[in-house]
Amino acid sequence: MTNTYAINPHATQPHAKDPTLVRWGLTGLALAALVMFIVLPLAAVFVQAFEKGWHVYRDAIVQPETVSAIELSLLAVGISVPMNVLFGLAAAWAITKFQFTGKNVLTTLIDIPFGVSPVISGLVWVLVFGVQGWFGPWLTGHDIAIIFAVPGIILATTFVTFPFVARELIALMESQGTEEEEAALVLGANTWQMFFRVTLPNIKWGLLYGVVLCTARALGEFGAVSVVSGHIRGQTNTLPLHVEILYNEYNYAGAFAVASLLSVLAVITLALKKFLEWKTAQP
Amino acid sequence: MLFKRQSILPGFWPAFSYTALYLSLIVLIPLSAVFLKSATSGWAHFWQSVRSPSVVAAYRLSFGASFAAGLISVAIGFLIAWVLVRYQFPGKALADALVDLPFALPTAVAGIALTSLYVENGWLGRYLVPLGIRVAFTPLGVIVALTFIGLPFVVRSVQPVLEDADQELEEAASSLGANRWQIFSRVIFPMVRPALLTGFALAFARALGEYGSVIFIAGNLPMKTEIVPLLIVTKLEQYDYSGSTAIAVVMLVASFLLLLGINVLQRRSRRFTEPA
Repeated sequence: MTNTYAINPHATQPHAKDPTLVRWGLTGLALAALVMFIVLPLAAVFVQAFEKGWHVYRDAIVQPETVSAIELSLLAVGISVPMNVLFGLAAAWAITKFQFTGKNVLTTLIDIPFGVSPVISGLVWVLVFGVQGWFGPWLTGHDIAIIFAVPGIILATTFVTFPFVARELIALMESQGTEEEEAALVLGANTWQMFFRVTLPNIKWGLLYGVVLCTARALGEFGAVSVVSGHIRGQTNTLPLHVEILYNEYNYAGAFAVASLLSVLAVITLALKKFLEWKTAQP
Repeated sequence: MLFKRQSILPGFWPAFSYTALYLSLIVLIPLSAVFLKSATSGWAHFWQSVRSPSVVAAYRLSFGASFAAGLISVAIGFLIAWVLVRYQFPGKALADALVDLPFALPTAVAGIALTSLYVENGWLGRYLVPLGIRVAFTPLGVIVALTFIGLPFVVRSVQPVLEDADQELEEAASSLGANRWQIFSRVIFPMVRPALLTGFALAFARALGEYGSVIFIAGNLPMKTEIVPLLIVTKLEQYDYSGSTAIAVVMLVASFLLLLGINVLQRRSRRFTEPA
């Protein structure tokens, strides 16, 4: 098979046989769709962020409410992402390295948050910790606030980003099997040596890939956080919520300025994602 | 009964227990609160909340717009995947990377950006509105936002199948005298059909629950452009916990059924693409 391809150079590029007109027409249509649905919205963010000039942009970014929104977003990411990484490692280890009954059920349950509307991901916490919720009366009695406070935001973010790392690691480690770990143990490694010298180096790029996706979603989560936040300015506003508030106040330049920060992060996420996909495709 | 097969690898019980505990605490128990809450509120109340006119209108809009957006995503997504896999052109790597933007861009940002494009003096709105096509603050706007969200699901479902598609089948069809259209409709399309269906289901499921990118462009006019997730939030803000929970239960059941369907689809499409 390889030989015939080598003899006939066109055989390696059989699609080049599509008539030029068809090729150009379809490519043009596809690019037009990409521009309309993806490039234009992205461009609109940056153009409108700078429409009123650099000073308005800078003022929107450095105002205390924006800064506190950045801090809260980073806090939520800083707690929820590591928790989900730890969970992802444990879940992937149990699911991919051992055979046990109920494995498929467990794998399916882990994916649940992907199928739940962000709004419902917030609602569940209100039903557990809200004033009318299970622990509401007790929490009120002890003067602990979870809903309309920072802990609720962290919980909602954790729920929404729950499957990202686990899912990446399960797919990756499933394909790697158990032989290398078994060899390490037979050669006298202890559990931690096996983990840090064999497992972790094998999964590091896949793990990072999961972390990038998880972080991007955690930073950008809107619906779930919106339900539990209570929108208290300077206290329970994350960056996406701050965008909404500015927008609803008709402060479009400010809203797009803050949105441009999130858009830059999204573009960086895409670049990292591409890099990691290239990296994991390496032998 | 054997629960776990013997293995020399350590750490099963700690890893398994932690997984089960964390899964229960973060996902299963909170989620069960939705079902318990609606059970304790009583059947009559549930039925009344779910059947109120504004809720029925919202269900109609959410399911209808998600379905339409899924179909549009399938058409455009298939085209984009086709071009990315089969043709060479400058900037192809960039185009491929941009497909994932809706995954990475926060939904609120997407929402205000799309709205600004389609309002009367927006970059697209200024040409569409004079033609009588109003997108912002209409159901059409909801469909546009949901298409933005759904597009990458279809592209990423179809792309690997097109990449793996066996060239020899097309060559065989061609040497047996099939024309281009016959090759497409009889050879290529049946191969990608399961992936298209999976992409549609994923886009549809995501669209049903989508909130951030829709609420800005929808304008949230009562009975006209209110989506279901918005009603859940509105009821919650009015402290109508049981009302908002009742609506949520219907949504949850719908998405779980969809997820189940997607799982079956994916298993079936794997059977198509992987050698036995």
